[in-house]
Amino acid sequence: MSKPVIATTSLAGCFGCHMSILDIDERILQLIELVEFNKSPIDDIKTFTKPVDIGIIEGGCCNSENVEVLRSFRKNCKILISLGECAIMGGLPALRNGIPIEECLHEAYIGGPTVQLNKEHILPNDDELPMLLDRVYPCHEIVKIDYFLPGCAPRADLIWDALVALITGDPLKLPYEVVKFD
Amino acid sequence: MSNLIKFKIDGRDCMSEKGNFIVDAARENGIYIPTLCNMPGVKPKGSCRICTVRINGRLMTSCTTPVADGMEIESNVAEIQDLRKSIVELMFVSGNHFCPSCEKSGSCELQALGYLFQMMVPRFPYDFPVRKVDASSPKIIKDQNRCIQCKRCIKTIKDDQGRSLFAFRNRGHRLEVVLDKELGHLMTDELANLAMKNCPVGSIIKKEIGFNTAIGSRKFDHQAIGSEITL
Repeated sequence: MSKPVIATTSLAGCFGCHMSILDIDERILQLIELVEFNKSPIDDIKTFTKPVDIGIIEGGCCNSENVEVLRSFRKNCKILISLGECAIMGGLPALRNGIPIEECLHEAYIGGPTVQLNKEHILPNDDELPMLLDRVYPCHEIVKIDYFLPGCAPRADLIWDALVALITGDPLKLPYEVVKFD
Repeated sequence: MSNLIKFKIDGRDCMSEKGNFIVDAARENGIYIPTLCNMPGVKPKGSCRICTVRINGRLMTSCTTPVADGMEIESNVAEIQDLRKSIVELMFVSGNHFCPSCEKSGSCELQALGYLFQMMVPRFPYDFPVRKVDASSPKIIKDQNRCIQCKRCIKTIKDDQGRSLFAFRNRGHRLEVVLDKELGHLMTDELANLAMKNCPVGSIIKKEIGFNTAIGSRKFDHQAIGSEITL
């Protein structure tokens, strides 16, 4: 039997969840024995080259590109996992929910106390740039998500145990100290 | 001793004094029933419904129901635990609870209940309501994003004349717990500390001491809520 294939991505996140994946330390060697990585920042494969068993999503959806990537993950992965608070509930980027987008852009590019160089008051509007959404959306409000692993970042042990349980089919044990929201 | 009565919780024989509320009687017998709005020494209100138990097929709040002789109480059963979990989830989606950036994280009772029920994601959609933060008091910050309207501050934080520093304002979905402007300015350090301690969430934060406890040594980092009660 061929190894299960894993893909990962970071949407509106800070890559902290990916750092936490690496935080499984030397078990990463075991992980490479257990699974094969496809599209992921970890191996720098940019596009899906085969069907994937487990897709791991870090970060919520704050712009059109996030939505597109998330939908392509849903299309190419049998199982999708929301990893971390941002994927689950929008996380810190969602602090802007409730603030009109115009106000956010104005604060970031025109009126903010640290804005000094943007003398012409230009707001980013290049065609190449993805459009910001009206608010930040949790991933499961855009596509169906199968599993959720909370934490900021999720504990490495939680990620490891969940992956091993998924791959081996053994029940997942959840000790008190691995399920945390911060 | 003649006031002692017998009752059962989840089939376990228990004893307590007549007139005690179920949640307190359970605690005496080493059984933890989760609570949020309830506080020892404060008249119970039964507003958060987390402590719901089933007696004779009816759901009742155990903080407001006195225990009776021969009573058979169901508490730690799947259906009731899921009901309690759904209340916690509703609280998470109906406010703005950003645990990673909250000063109370790790010592928050709402969060601790989330851990207890292993809430991986709320089953309800997030509301992201627009709420205000009042930082006008010199001592505390009152953050409406995190308030669960348990009334614990209203009932316990009073000045030496017995006036509450906090009060309800508005009604219905506009209801909020606010700090009285005048009394808030006269707030002592002692009262501010007590207000932060009594707030089960991070809605009342004492100024200039945020994040002063290291991750790993906060109240619920290693110990589940209620674990000190459970025998």
